[in-house]
Amino acid sequence: MAVETAPAPVVEKKKEPLFSKKNIRTLRDPLDDNNPITVQVLGICSALAVTVQVKPALIMALGVIFVTAFSNLIISLLRHTIPTRVRIIVQLIVIATLVTIVDQVLRAYMFDVSKKLSVFVGLIITNCIVMGRLEAFALANKPWPSFLDGVGNGVGYGIILVVVAVFRELFGSGTLMGYQVVPQWAYDMGYVNNGLMMLPPAALFIIGVYIWIQRSINKKLVNVS
Amino acid sequence: MEHLLNLLIKAIFVENVVFAFFLGMCSFLAVSKKIKTAFGLGLAVIFVMILTTPLNYLILTYLLKDGALAWIHPSLANVDLTFLAFILFISTIAGAVQIVEMAVEKFTPALYNSLGIFLPLITVNCSILGTSLFMQEREYNFVETAVFSLGAGIGFFLAIVLLAAIRERLRYANIPAPLQGLGIAMIITGLMGMAFLSFSGIQL
Repeated sequence: MAVETAPAPVVEKKKEPLFSKKNIRTLRDPLDDNNPITVQVLGICSALAVTVQVKPALIMALGVIFVTAFSNLIISLLRHTIPTRVRIIVQLIVIATLVTIVDQVLRAYMFDVSKKLSVFVGLIITNCIVMGRLEAFALANKPWPSFLDGVGNGVGYGIILVVVAVFRELFGSGTLMGYQVVPQWAYDMGYVNNGLMMLPPAALFIIGVYIWIQRSINKKLVNVS
Repeated sequence: MEHLLNLLIKAIFVENVVFAFFLGMCSFLAVSKKIKTAFGLGLAVIFVMILTTPLNYLILTYLLKDGALAWIHPSLANVDLTFLAFILFISTIAGAVQIVEMAVEKFTPALYNSLGIFLPLITVNCSILGTSLFMQEREYNFVETAVFSLGAGIGFFLAIVLLAAIRERLRYANIPAPLQGLGIAMIITGLMGMAFLSFSGIQL
Protein backbone atom coordinates (compact mmCIF):
# COMPACT_ATOMS: atom_id res chain seq x y z
CA MET A 1 0.00 0.00 0.00
CA ALA A 2 2.82 2.41 0.77
CA VAL A 3 3.43 3.35 -2.84
CA GLU A 4 2.46 6.94 -2.30
CA THR A 5 5.89 8.48 -2.77
CA ALA A 6 7.23 5.96 -5.26
CA PRO A 7 5.05 6.07 -8.41
CA ALA A 8 6.22 9.32 -10.00
CA PRO A 9 9.89 8.44 -10.73
CA VAL A 10 9.15 4.80 -11.58
CA VAL A 11 6.51 5.65 -14.17
CA GLU A 12 8.74 8.28 -15.71
CA LYS A 13 11.49 5.81 -16.52
CA LYS A 14 9.25 3.13 -17.96
CA LYS A 15 7.52 5.21 -20.61
CA GLU A 16 10.25 7.65 -21.57
CA PRO A 17 8.99 8.49 -25.09
CA LEU A 18 5.67 9.91 -23.89
CA PHE A 19 7.40 11.96 -21.25
CA SER A 20 9.24 14.87 -22.80
CA LYS A 21 11.34 16.97 -20.45
CA LYS A 22 8.59 19.52 -20.09
CA ASN A 23 6.04 16.87 -19.19
CA ILE A 24 8.29 15.45 -16.52
CA ARG A 25 8.64 18.91 -15.03
CA THR A 26 4.85 19.23 -15.07
CA LEU A 27 4.62 15.99 -13.17
CA ARG A 28 7.43 16.61 -10.72
CA ASP A 29 7.10 20.28 -9.86
CA PRO A 30 4.06 19.86 -7.62
CA LEU A 31 5.94 17.37 -5.47
CA ASP A 32 8.23 20.01 -4.00
CA ASP A 33 8.84 23.37 -5.69
CA ASN A 34 5.19 23.95 -6.40
CA ASN A 35 3.52 21.72 -3.84
CA PRO A 36 -0.22 22.39 -3.76
CA ILE A 37 -0.46 22.47 0.03
CA THR A 38 2.75 24.03 1.28
CA VAL A 39 3.43 26.45 -1.59
CA GLN A 40 0.22 27.14 -3.49
CA VAL A 41 -1.84 27.09 -0.24
CA LEU A 42 -4.58 25.04 -1.88
CA GLY A 43 -6.64 22.21 -0.57
CA ILE A 44 -5.86 22.41 3.10
CA CYS A 45 -9.57 22.41 3.78
CA SER A 46 -10.82 18.90 3.46
CA ALA A 47 -7.53 17.17 4.03
CA LEU A 48 -6.34 17.54 7.56
CA ALA A 49 -9.17 15.91 9.42
CA VAL A 50 -8.57 12.58 7.70
CA THR A 51 -4.95 12.28 8.83
CA VAL A 52 -5.45 10.70 12.25
CA GLN A 53 -4.55 7.32 10.74
CA VAL A 54 -2.50 6.38 7.68
CA LYS A 55 -5.07 4.18 5.96
CA PRO A 56 -7.86 6.72 5.48
CA ALA A 57 -5.24 9.29 4.50
CA LEU A 58 -3.91 6.99 1.77
CA ILE A 59 -7.37 6.30 0.42
CA MET A 60 -8.26 9.98 0.52
CA ALA A 61 -5.04 10.74 -1.37
CA LEU A 62 -5.86 8.14 -4.03
CA GLY A 63 -9.34 9.62 -4.39
CA VAL A 64 -7.93 13.11 -4.85
CA ILE A 65 -5.34 11.89 -7.40
CA PHE A 66 -8.14 10.25 -9.37
CA VAL A 67 -10.33 13.35 -9.28
CA THR A 68 -7.61 15.88 -10.11
CA ALA A 69 -6.19 13.78 -12.93
CA PHE A 70 -9.48 13.05 -14.66
CA SER A 71 -11.13 16.42 -14.10
CA ASN A 72 -8.01 18.03 -15.59
CA LEU A 73 -8.23 15.64 -18.54
CA ILE A 74 -11.93 16.20 -19.15
CA ILE A 75 -11.85 19.98 -18.80
CA SER A 76 -8.79 20.13 -21.03
CA LEU A 77 -10.61 18.14 -23.70
CA LEU A 78 -13.59 20.47 -23.44
CA ARG A 79 -11.62 23.67 -23.08
CA HIS A 80 -12.54 25.09 -26.50
CA THR A 81 -16.25 24.39 -26.12
CA ILE A 82 -16.89 25.79 -22.64
CA PRO A 83 -18.08 29.42 -22.67
CA THR A 84 -15.97 31.45 -20.24
CA ARG A 85 -18.94 32.85 -18.38
CA VAL A 86 -20.34 29.54 -17.20
CA ARG A 87 -17.07 27.67 -16.82
CA ILE A 88 -17.21 27.51 -13.01
CA ILE A 89 -20.52 25.66 -13.10
CA VAL A 90 -19.27 23.30 -15.80
CA GLN A 91 -16.13 22.58 -13.80
CA LEU A 92 -18.13 21.97 -10.65
CA ILE A 93 -20.42 19.53 -12.43
CA VAL A 94 -17.48 17.57 -13.85
CA ILE A 95 -15.77 17.47 -10.46
CA ALA A 96 -18.97 16.56 -8.63
CA THR A 97 -19.60 13.69 -11.03
CA LEU A 98 -16.10 12.28 -10.51
CA VAL A 99 -16.39 12.65 -6.74
CA THR A 100 -19.73 10.87 -6.82
CA ILE A 101 -18.01 7.95 -8.59
CA VAL A 102 -15.28 7.85 -5.93
CA ASP A 103 -17.84 8.01 -3.15
CA GLN A 104 -19.99 5.21 -4.58
CA VAL A 105 -16.94 2.97 -5.13
CA LEU A 106 -15.79 3.55 -1.55
CA ARG A 107 -19.24 2.80 -0.21
CA ALA A 108 -19.44 -0.41 -2.21
CA TYR A 109 -16.00 -1.86 -1.52
CA MET A 110 -14.59 -0.14 1.58
CA PHE A 111 -17.57 0.75 3.72
CA ASP A 112 -15.67 1.13 7.01
CA VAL A 113 -13.19 3.59 5.48
CA SER A 114 -16.03 5.43 3.79
CA LYS A 115 -17.71 5.85 7.18
CA LYS A 116 -14.47 7.15 8.67
CA LEU A 117 -13.95 9.68 5.91
CA SER A 118 -17.62 10.73 6.28
CA VAL A 119 -18.24 14.09 4.64
CA PHE A 120 -14.66 14.58 3.56
CA VAL A 121 -15.03 12.52 0.40
CA GLY A 122 -17.78 14.87 -0.71
CA LEU A 123 -15.61 17.81 0.19
CA ILE A 124 -13.11 16.87 -2.52
CA ILE A 125 -15.52 18.85 -4.72
CA THR A 126 -14.63 22.08 -3.01
CA ASN A 127 -11.03 21.07 -2.54
CA CYS A 128 -9.31 24.10 -3.97
CA ILE A 129 -6.58 21.96 -5.56
CA VAL A 130 -9.01 20.59 -8.11
CA MET A 131 -10.55 23.94 -9.02
CA GLY A 132 -7.22 25.71 -8.82
CA ARG A 133 -5.51 23.36 -11.25
CA LEU A 134 -8.44 23.46 -13.64
CA GLU A 135 -8.34 27.25 -13.72
CA ALA A 136 -4.57 27.57 -13.77
CA PHE A 137 -3.58 24.68 -16.03
CA ALA A 138 -6.23 22.58 -17.73
CA LEU A 139 -8.03 25.52 -19.35
CA ALA A 140 -4.88 26.53 -21.21
CA ASN A 141 -3.11 23.25 -21.96
CA LYS A 142 -3.44 20.08 -24.01
CA PRO A 143 -5.07 16.99 -22.44
CA TRP A 144 -1.94 14.91 -21.82
CA PRO A 145 0.08 17.55 -19.94
CA SER A 146 -3.08 18.46 -18.04
CA PHE A 147 -3.51 14.85 -16.99
CA LEU A 148 0.11 14.76 -15.77
CA ASP A 149 -0.38 18.03 -13.94
CA GLY A 150 -3.40 16.54 -12.21
CA VAL A 151 -1.52 13.41 -11.22
CA GLY A 152 1.45 15.47 -10.00
CA ASN A 153 -0.68 17.74 -7.87
CA GLY A 154 -2.66 14.83 -6.50
CA VAL A 155 0.54 13.04 -5.52
CA GLY A 156 2.03 16.22 -4.06
CA TYR A 157 -1.08 16.54 -1.94
CA GLY A 158 -0.97 12.85 -1.03
CA ILE A 159 2.63 13.07 0.18
CA ILE A 160 1.77 15.78 2.69
CA LEU A 161 -1.30 13.87 3.79
CA VAL A 162 0.64 10.66 4.37
CA VAL A 163 3.55 12.42 6.12
CA VAL A 164 1.13 14.08 8.53
CA ALA A 165 -0.79 10.84 9.02
CA VAL A 166 2.38 8.82 9.74
CA PHE A 167 3.43 11.25 12.47
CA ARG A 168 -0.03 11.44 13.97
CA GLU A 169 -0.64 7.70 13.99
CA LEU A 170 2.85 6.78 15.18
CA PHE A 171 2.96 9.20 18.08
CA GLY A 172 -0.77 9.38 18.74
CA SER A 173 -1.59 5.70 18.97
CA GLY A 174 1.72 3.87 18.48
CA THR A 175 0.56 2.09 15.33
CA LEU A 176 1.09 2.34 11.56
CA MET A 177 -1.61 1.21 9.12
CA GLY A 178 -3.28 -0.36 12.15
CA TYR A 179 -0.28 -2.52 13.14
CA GLN A 180 1.34 -2.03 16.54
CA VAL A 181 4.75 -0.39 16.05
CA VAL A 182 5.66 0.84 19.50
CA PRO A 183 6.50 -2.38 21.42
CA GLN A 184 4.72 -3.35 24.62
CA TRP A 185 7.88 -3.10 26.73
CA ALA A 186 8.10 0.58 25.92
CA TYR A 187 4.66 1.07 27.45
CA ASP A 188 5.72 -1.08 30.42
CA MET A 189 8.67 1.24 30.96
CA GLY A 190 6.34 4.20 31.12
CA TYR A 191 6.05 5.41 27.51
CA VAL A 192 2.74 7.14 26.93
CA ASN A 193 1.04 7.93 23.61
CA ASN A 194 0.83 11.62 22.86
CA GLY A 195 -2.83 12.51 23.15
CA LEU A 196 -2.37 15.85 21.39
CA MET A 197 -1.56 14.01 18.16
CA MET A 198 -5.08 12.65 18.01
CA LEU A 199 -6.59 16.14 18.17
CA PRO A 200 -7.08 18.42 15.14
CA PRO A 201 -4.44 21.06 16.06
CA ALA A 202 -1.62 18.52 15.76
CA ALA A 203 -2.10 18.36 11.98
CA LEU A 204 -1.63 22.10 11.75
CA PHE A 205 1.52 22.01 13.84
CA ILE A 206 3.01 19.24 11.71
CA ILE A 207 2.25 21.09 8.48
CA GLY A 208 3.60 24.33 9.93
CA VAL A 209 6.85 22.63 10.86
CA TYR A 210 6.96 20.84 7.48
CA ILE A 211 6.69 24.21 5.72
CA TRP A 212 9.41 25.60 7.96
CA ILE A 213 11.78 22.73 7.13
CA GLN A 214 10.94 22.79 3.43
CA ARG A 215 11.57 26.52 3.18
CA SER A 216 14.78 26.30 5.18
CA ILE A 217 16.16 23.77 2.68
CA ASN A 218 14.62 25.32 -0.43
CA LYS A 219 15.48 29.00 0.02
CA LYS A 220 13.67 30.24 -3.08
CA LEU A 221 10.34 29.42 -1.48
CA VAL A 222 10.86 31.87 1.39
CA ASN A 223 8.25 34.64 1.40
CA VAL A 224 6.18 33.11 -1.34
CA SER A 225 3.06 33.97 0.60
CA MET B 1 -35.90 25.26 22.67
CA GLU B 2 -33.08 24.45 25.02
CA HIS B 3 -32.01 21.72 22.63
CA LEU B 4 -31.73 24.24 19.78
CA LEU B 5 -29.72 26.67 21.88
CA ASN B 6 -27.33 23.84 22.72
CA LEU B 7 -26.99 23.01 19.05
CA LEU B 8 -26.18 26.65 18.26
CA ILE B 9 -23.51 26.95 20.97
CA LYS B 10 -22.06 23.61 19.94
CA ALA B 11 -21.81 24.64 16.28
CA ILE B 12 -20.17 27.96 17.12
CA PHE B 13 -17.64 26.91 19.74
CA VAL B 14 -17.27 23.21 20.41
CA GLU B 15 -17.47 22.02 16.81
CA ASN B 16 -16.20 25.14 15.14
CA VAL B 17 -16.03 24.46 11.39
CA VAL B 18 -12.53 25.85 11.12
CA PHE B 19 -10.82 24.57 14.24
CA ALA B 20 -12.49 21.20 14.65
CA PHE B 21 -12.97 20.18 11.00
CA PHE B 22 -10.54 22.39 9.04
CA LEU B 23 -13.29 23.45 6.68
CA GLY B 24 -12.84 26.63 4.69
CA MET B 25 -9.13 26.71 5.45
CA CYS B 26 -8.18 28.04 2.01
CA SER B 27 -10.05 31.30 2.26
CA PHE B 28 -9.46 31.30 6.02
CA LEU B 29 -5.70 31.56 5.46
CA ALA B 30 -5.83 33.65 2.29
CA VAL B 31 -8.24 36.37 3.39
CA SER B 32 -7.14 36.80 7.00
CA LYS B 33 -4.42 39.38 6.42
CA LYS B 34 -6.63 42.36 7.28
CA ILE B 35 -9.48 42.54 9.80
CA LYS B 36 -11.69 44.56 7.47
CA THR B 37 -11.75 42.08 4.58
CA ALA B 38 -11.99 39.19 7.01
CA PHE B 39 -15.05 40.82 8.53
CA GLY B 40 -16.72 41.23 5.14
CA LEU B 41 -15.99 37.67 4.07
CA GLY B 42 -17.23 36.33 7.40
CA LEU B 43 -20.55 38.13 7.01
CA ALA B 44 -20.96 36.92 3.43
CA VAL B 45 -20.27 33.33 4.54
CA ILE B 46 -22.90 33.54 7.30
CA PHE B 47 -25.42 34.82 4.78
CA VAL B 48 -24.74 32.19 2.12
CA MET B 49 -24.66 29.50 4.79
CA ILE B 50 -28.11 30.23 6.22
CA LEU B 51 -29.50 30.53 2.70
CA THR B 52 -28.12 27.34 1.15
CA THR B 53 -28.16 24.77 3.93
CA PRO B 54 -31.95 24.86 4.57
CA LEU B 55 -32.45 24.94 0.78
CA ASN B 56 -30.32 21.83 0.44
CA TYR B 57 -32.29 20.26 3.25
CA LEU B 58 -35.51 20.78 1.28
CA ILE B 59 -33.93 19.36 -1.87
CA LEU B 60 -32.71 16.35 0.04
CA THR B 61 -36.00 15.64 1.78
CA TYR B 62 -38.41 16.25 -1.05
CA LEU B 63 -36.39 15.16 -4.09
CA LEU B 64 -33.53 12.86 -3.25
CA LYS B 65 -34.20 10.67 -0.23
CA ASP B 66 -35.40 7.11 -0.52
CA GLY B 67 -39.09 7.39 -1.39
CA ALA B 68 -39.04 11.18 -1.35
CA LEU B 69 -40.56 11.40 -4.81
CA ALA B 70 -43.77 9.67 -3.69
CA TRP B 71 -45.56 13.02 -3.53
CA ILE B 72 -45.34 13.27 -7.34
CA HIS B 73 -46.67 9.82 -8.12
CA PRO B 74 -47.01 6.68 -5.95
CA SER B 75 -45.07 4.63 -8.51
CA LEU B 76 -41.96 6.69 -7.73
CA ALA B 77 -42.07 5.67 -4.06
CA ASN B 78 -39.00 3.45 -4.20
CA VAL B 79 -36.72 5.75 -6.17
CA ASP B 80 -33.56 6.67 -4.23
CA LEU B 81 -31.57 9.50 -5.74
CA THR B 82 -29.28 10.19 -2.78
CA PHE B 83 -26.22 9.60 -4.95
CA LEU B 84 -27.05 12.83 -6.78
CA ALA B 85 -26.67 14.81 -3.55
CA PHE B 86 -23.16 16.16 -4.28
CA ILE B 87 -24.08 17.53 -7.68
CA LEU B 88 -27.32 19.15 -6.54
CA PHE B 89 -25.79 20.59 -3.36
CA ILE B 90 -22.94 22.23 -5.19
CA SER B 91 -25.27 23.53 -7.89
CA THR B 92 -27.53 25.09 -5.25
CA ILE B 93 -24.54 26.72 -3.62
CA ALA B 94 -23.13 28.01 -6.91
CA GLY B 95 -26.56 29.35 -7.88
CA ALA B 96 -27.20 30.96 -4.49
CA VAL B 97 -23.81 32.65 -4.52
CA GLN B 98 -24.53 33.99 -7.99
CA ILE B 99 -27.89 35.41 -6.84
CA VAL B 100 -26.40 36.90 -3.70
CA GLU B 101 -23.68 38.48 -5.80
CA MET B 102 -26.15 40.08 -8.17
CA ALA B 103 -28.37 41.28 -5.32
CA VAL B 104 -25.47 42.79 -3.42
CA GLU B 105 -24.18 44.47 -6.57
CA LYS B 106 -27.59 45.97 -7.31
CA PHE B 107 -28.65 47.14 -3.86
CA THR B 108 -25.43 47.90 -1.97
CA PRO B 109 -22.62 48.65 -4.43
CA ALA B 110 -20.37 49.85 -1.60
CA LEU B 111 -20.39 46.45 0.10
CA TYR B 112 -19.97 44.77 -3.28
CA ASN B 113 -16.82 46.72 -4.00
CA SER B 114 -15.33 46.03 -0.59
CA LEU B 115 -15.93 42.28 -0.92
CA GLY B 116 -14.62 42.11 -4.47
CA ILE B 117 -13.37 38.72 -5.57
CA PHE B 118 -14.21 37.02 -2.26
CA LEU B 119 -17.91 36.90 -2.97
CA PRO B 120 -17.76 34.48 -5.94
CA LEU B 121 -15.05 32.51 -4.15
CA ILE B 122 -17.51 31.54 -1.44
CA THR B 123 -18.80 28.85 -3.82
CA VAL B 124 -15.66 26.84 -3.29
CA ASN B 125 -15.47 27.54 0.42
CA CYS B 126 -15.47 24.06 1.90
CA SER B 127 -17.34 25.15 5.01
CA ILE B 128 -20.54 25.80 3.05
CA LEU B 129 -20.69 22.43 1.31
CA GLY B 130 -19.37 20.82 4.51
CA THR B 131 -22.29 22.19 6.52
CA SER B 132 -24.75 20.78 3.98
CA LEU B 133 -23.05 17.39 4.09
CA PHE B 134 -23.01 17.33 7.89
CA MET B 135 -26.69 18.18 7.81
CA GLN B 136 -27.25 15.14 5.59
CA GLU B 137 -25.08 12.83 7.66
CA ARG B 138 -26.46 13.80 11.04
CA GLU B 139 -30.07 13.75 9.86
CA TYR B 140 -31.17 17.06 11.35
CA ASN B 141 -34.75 18.23 10.87
CA PHE B 142 -35.55 21.56 9.23
CA VAL B 143 -35.37 23.80 12.32
CA GLU B 144 -32.21 22.09 13.52
CA THR B 145 -30.70 22.56 10.07
CA ALA B 146 -31.42 26.28 10.14
CA VAL B 147 -29.95 26.68 13.63
CA PHE B 148 -26.93 24.53 12.78
CA SER B 149 -26.13 26.51 9.65
CA LEU B 150 -26.38 29.79 11.56
CA GLY B 151 -24.00 28.41 14.19
CA ALA B 152 -21.52 27.16 11.62
CA GLY B 153 -21.56 30.54 9.85
CA ILE B 154 -20.98 32.47 13.06
CA GLY B 155 -18.21 30.03 13.95
CA PHE B 156 -16.41 30.73 10.69
CA PHE B 157 -16.91 34.48 11.11
CA LEU B 158 -15.48 34.38 14.62
CA ALA B 159 -12.48 32.28 13.58
CA ILE B 160 -11.48 34.39 10.59
CA VAL B 161 -11.80 37.72 12.42
CA LEU B 162 -9.76 36.40 15.35
CA LEU B 163 -7.00 35.10 13.09
CA ALA B 164 -6.92 38.37 11.14
CA ALA B 165 -6.48 40.30 14.39
CA ILE B 166 -3.57 38.09 15.43
CA ARG B 167 -1.92 38.31 12.03
CA GLU B 168 -2.10 42.11 12.07
CA ARG B 169 -0.13 42.02 15.31
CA LEU B 170 2.33 39.48 13.88
CA ARG B 171 3.65 42.03 11.41
CA TYR B 172 5.69 43.49 14.25
CA ALA B 173 7.01 40.15 15.45
CA ASN B 174 10.44 38.80 14.61
CA ILE B 175 9.74 35.42 12.99
CA PRO B 176 12.42 33.24 11.31
CA ALA B 177 12.27 33.89 7.56
CA PRO B 178 11.30 30.34 6.45
CA LEU B 179 8.45 30.31 8.94
CA GLN B 180 6.98 33.64 7.89
CA GLY B 181 3.61 33.81 6.20
CA LEU B 182 1.94 30.45 5.76
CA GLY B 183 4.04 28.49 8.29
CA ILE B 184 3.33 30.72 11.24
CA ALA B 185 -0.32 31.09 10.23
CA MET B 186 -0.68 27.30 10.39
CA ILE B 187 0.90 27.09 13.82
CA ILE B 188 -1.23 29.94 15.15
CA THR B 189 -4.35 28.25 13.81
CA GLY B 190 -3.25 25.14 15.67
CA LEU B 191 -2.81 27.10 18.91
CA MET B 192 -6.21 28.74 18.45
CA GLY B 193 -7.66 25.30 17.82
CA MET B 194 -6.22 24.15 21.15
CA ALA B 195 -7.80 27.13 22.85
CA PHE B 196 -11.14 26.28 21.27
CA LEU B 197 -10.77 22.70 22.50
CA SER B 198 -11.30 23.99 26.01
CA PHE B 199 -14.92 24.67 25.05
CA SER B 200 -15.46 20.93 24.74
CA GLY B 201 -15.47 20.85 28.54
CA ILE B 202 -18.81 22.66 28.51
CA GLN B 203 -21.63 20.33 29.49
CA LEU B 204 -24.48 20.77 27.05
